[in-house]
Amino acid sequence: MTVPCPPFALTDRAGETRRFPTARPSLIAFIKEDCHTCNLAAPLLEAFHQAWGEAADVLVLGQSTEGNDILQDRHGFTLPFLDDSACKTSFAWDFEIVPAVYWIGADGVVKTKLEGFVREEWQALDRQIAADLDAAPAAIVWADLPDWRPGCGSKHLDPEIHDKLQAEADDSPIRARRIEIASADDIAEFMFDQGFSDGLPLIPPTAERVIRMLAGTPRAPQDIVAIVPPNMAPVTVEKIAINAVMAGCKPEYLPVVIAAVEAVCTDEFNMHGVTATTMGASPVLVVNGPIRERIGMNMRLGALGPGNRANATIGRALRLVVRNVGGAQPGGVDRSTLSSPMKFTMCFAEWEEGSPWEPLHVERGFKAEDSVVTAFAMTSGPVQIVDQESRGPDQMGGTLGLGLESMFLSKIRRMHTDALLVVCPEHVATLTSEGPYSKARLRERIQAVTTRPMREMVANEISGAGITRAMAAKMTDAQLDTPVSKFASDAYIHIVVAGSDAGKFSAAFHGWVTGPMGSISVSRKIEY
Amino acid sequence: MTTILDPTDERVPVERQITARTGDITGVIGLLDIAKPRGNILLDELEVLMAARYPKVEIKRYAKPTFTKPCPSDLRLKIKAECAVLVEGLAD
Repeated sequence: MTVPCPPFALTDRAGETRRFPTARPSLIAFIKEDCHTCNLAAPLLEAFHQAWGEAADVLVLGQSTEGNDILQDRHGFTLPFLDDSACKTSFAWDFEIVPAVYWIGADGVVKTKLEGFVREEWQALDRQIAADLDAAPAAIVWADLPDWRPGCGSKHLDPEIHDKLQAEADDSPIRARRIEIASADDIAEFMFDQGFSDGLPLIPPTAERVIRMLAGTPRAPQDIVAIVPPNMAPVTVEKIAINAVMAGCKPEYLPVVIAAVEAVCTDEFNMHGVTATTMGASPVLVVNGPIRERIGMNMRLGALGPGNRANATIGRALRLVVRNVGGAQPGGVDRSTLSSPMKFTMCFAEWEEGSPWEPLHVERGFKAEDSVVTAFAMTSGPVQIVDQESRGPDQMGGTLGLGLESMFLSKIRRMHTDALLVVCPEHVATLTSEGPYSKARLRERIQAVTTRPMREMVANEISGAGITRAMAAKMTDAQLDTPVSKFASDAYIHIVVAGSDAGKFSAAFHGWVTGPMGSISVSRKIEY
Repeated sequence: MTTILDPTDERVPVERQITARTGDITGVIGLLDIAKPRGNILLDELEVLMAARYPKVEIKRYAKPTFTKPCPSDLRLKIKAECAVLVEGLAD
């Protein structure tokens, strides 16, 4: 260290406080009991103290309470043996290996630093100290010692200790308000009572867990990621990390959650309207690109359901950010008449490798090697489309079209509403059984099989929905006979592939109000 | 004791006071159509009734571009500058 070492005040075995710096030359050493090399070094440190204790301060710091007791018994130290069981001084001095030894001048600047044990280095240190103090070397038979022994990782670097120390340090990345929960209180119940939960249990977001979560992204903890509706609250990477911990995410999922927050907090996606609508819309997240494999997302058997931690917790973390930071709570701004289980979580990955088509993100202008999350505002789904009989490609395409016809209400057509069709592998195989079957052809087929004369949309005794009778009365027969398809444009039909090899069951998600008056699907690249 | 980190935006909610009631209707009254279907019909009727009952009151009409999104801030500031009272036709 070219800068003076961090000061400390620690108690010795007699309970007396020993301070550094001492205004004299000092030898400071860090050791731990379960390290063989530290036990090799301990008698040498004692010999240093015996030799120069009058002229210099030889202070040895032990890293655990029980270990220090054992070391004291084993080595019979007369040197000042200090308690750094909290590892705060070890953390502040920022070394990696024990034994760590610092020879420090009276000015507090380090002259020599050693980690581990290399006999020549220690012997050179012995000569250096003797020369500096104009004294004799310590009484050590160097020839009896091994040439070299590796040290051990310092205790302050144990993950659970290090993360806690980092969270408490002056330059801690944590800025969120700390909430102390009395030991008599149940943490899980406390978090329910505070309204942090979606109704399911939460992982307590301790500072250590949040520090570990933050390691999942290269972004700075205090970066503002987005302004979250409906309260229009700025959300930092740190706040997203806290909610990701509560949701049960692993750190490597955090970049996906951040990208998802960015995607839904856009004017295009309109998270305010998606939250507020009585129709009950929720974000449906589709993940593409290499990150699917990296974080172990499910795109095969049961991709739309439970059982995979990444799928389940990424979607949930997004919902918790919108709830806790944005303030979107059911009965508050969330006015859904019935709501949907998708409001707990809805996130899956596309099985690009099983698709005959360009993956969703490539279709939307990204590179295949990019990792991307796409958010759709959906009101229903997944709705199963069952066909175990079709063998011809157009029959299969026809089934997928008929499966989408029930969206909102089967008689409603020319809809300006997105649909997300998840085609299962067996249905893909039938579609492509006679050669390539493009997405464009599938969209055309869906539109063709759902086309009906406009007069079928007119309100009648069966259902009053659709074109009013008064409006229909003003239309000519030719107008009423105009063929209309389910979707106002092919572009509203989004297609991805997922699912297990066995089973002829595809599924669809039905959208909300698509367009600038409602919500437009948004894709964001995942940075990690 | 366990310490957890606050997952919320940490903003302390501001308690808003209801504007004092004057007991009569004066000044400029705004009628805001949030663009939910048929909201304008309700407001048309209200305008007719108010014009008949309070002939000295000026009535101004406003409309949000869409009910699905918050009121644009320009429109909100315009209404605040021009009106003493605002009647908003909500939905659902």
